[in-house]
Amino acid sequence: MKKPGRDWRWFGCVALAGVMPGVALAGETAIGTALAGSGSGISAADTVWVLLGAALVMLMTPGLAFFYGGLVRRKNILSVLMQCFMMLCVVSLQWVFCGYSLSFGPDLSGIIGSLDWTGLTGVGMEPSDYAPTIPHTAFALFQMMFAVITPALIIGAFAERMRFSAFVVFSLLWTTLVYDPVAHWVWGKGGFIGSLGGMGAVDFAGGIVVHINAGMAALAAVIVLGKRKGFPDAISPPHNLPVAVLGAGLLWFGWFGFNAGSALAANHVAVSAFMATHIAGAMGGLIWSLLDWLKFGKPTTLGMITGAVAGLAAVTPGAGYVAISGAIWIGLFSGIICWLAVTALKSKYQYDDSLDAFGVHGVGGIWGTLAVGIWGTKMVNAAGVDGLFYGNPHQLWVQAKAVGITMAYSFVMSLVLFKIVDFILGLRVKENEEAIGLDLTQHREAGYTLLD
Amino acid sequence: MKYIIAIIQPDRLDEVLDLLTKKEIHLCTVSNVVGRGRQKGIAEVYRSHREAGTLLKKVKLEIAINDEFLKPAMDAIIEGGRTGQTGDGKIFVFDMQECLRIRTGETGHVAIG
Repeated sequence: MKKPGRDWRWFGCVALAGVMPGVALAGETAIGTALAGSGSGISAADTVWVLLGAALVMLMTPGLAFFYGGLVRRKNILSVLMQCFMMLCVVSLQWVFCGYSLSFGPDLSGIIGSLDWTGLTGVGMEPSDYAPTIPHTAFALFQMMFAVITPALIIGAFAERMRFSAFVVFSLLWTTLVYDPVAHWVWGKGGFIGSLGGMGAVDFAGGIVVHINAGMAALAAVIVLGKRKGFPDAISPPHNLPVAVLGAGLLWFGWFGFNAGSALAANHVAVSAFMATHIAGAMGGLIWSLLDWLKFGKPTTLGMITGAVAGLAAVTPGAGYVAISGAIWIGLFSGIICWLAVTALKSKYQYDDSLDAFGVHGVGGIWGTLAVGIWGTKMVNAAGVDGLFYGNPHQLWVQAKAVGITMAYSFVMSLVLFKIVDFILGLRVKENEEAIGLDLTQHREAGYTLLD
Repeated sequence: MKYIIAIIQPDRLDEVLDLLTKKEIHLCTVSNVVGRGRQKGIAEVYRSHREAGTLLKKVKLEIAINDEFLKPAMDAIIEGGRTGQTGDGKIFVFDMQECLRIRTGETGHVAIG
């Protein structure tokens, strides 16, 4: 028999614990409202758009989970979903604890942010230098979702064979030692690559910070972990393509927050970025389908969604800097280049980038970042850059340097971190665990039942 | 002519198929099945108390062969399927009365290969 009295005591304690921080928060909010009212320049429209953007980018991580989850074998779907969701939990907390401060905090020699904003100390309801019309906390929230999805992208390279514990430790180390510094270099005030006091390379929404960064880590993962057993001939095809299509749809939807939200205001740049994003995604999917049709005789569903994601990844660094014509060219070439990377390069070198994290995000990010140096124009965004076709070939050189530095740093650091985690924990599951599948061996659950 | 039904652990399937191929036995039918035996709910590989008392996932192989391939086929299944743990499965062998290839109408030994 249960004793109801005991249950009620517990409930009382929990309720009290829940209310107390609530009271404290309400006090702070009142102060925030007062500040906003006293002419600190906060725009309600901009704040709404950025908060909505943060929610859209958050949705991309579950979207990516389904995209990847549909592509693995049926015994591994939960492992992929679980890894993506774990990033939502772990990286979000890391971001509040130290990630945001390391990325965007007061600059130390252009290399890294200081720890002054640890625990979001001093990050309040007043606007920051990064976004003058929204509360600083809204900017930190928006950026948090980028930090979450970036390590999740790497999952595509080591899917179906990595130990869960090793994955968590690696991802936490990688976010702190690779993502945070690179975000600071490119986006942080004073970072040595970016346009806020650096060498002037631009990355509108994360071509360098997110896609090249994750893509190179993916390449390192492939090299350290090696192939899945049976690759390439005895690996079953994707076990649930409809789920992958659903995931790609959610990604595309979320990408509007990712790119248009990166304008950090509900303005003409957001509108332009929205259009460029959609057009490049459409172009990428179309081109990939046509190439599949020409080369293999039939346009494939998987090719269509992969091409769309390649187009969206490629337009990310330039979304707010290029005109529609630029977005069309970026999407077109991303379809061709990524298709070549996935079909020709991968089969030539026989590396097992299981879900093409490098081939799509790495290669797409590299292409897109260079493309800003070609099609960027200040006619779209006065705060942007002019590229090669608008009379400024120098920008292409700056973009190329930024690409090279990030590729080298991310690849080498990821390689080192994988080796360290491999030494301490062991990266790869045992051979029979790989055969049984990660769902049962890592999580003791099954994605599907046979009866019932 | 014999007909073999073998119930094995799902994760041993690839290995068993490889060994069958090496012994030139290419034809077989594979299905996902659930069932129970002495392994009951405490499956070694699943280590899951949650599944206790329920039906466990297995793979069923069905192979029709000429008599001289019976021994190689059983050897392949035993070698590939054995882990030494309870739940490795069983092989059942039947005499087969007839085999007919639908496309040509051939019957008997030639129809199997």
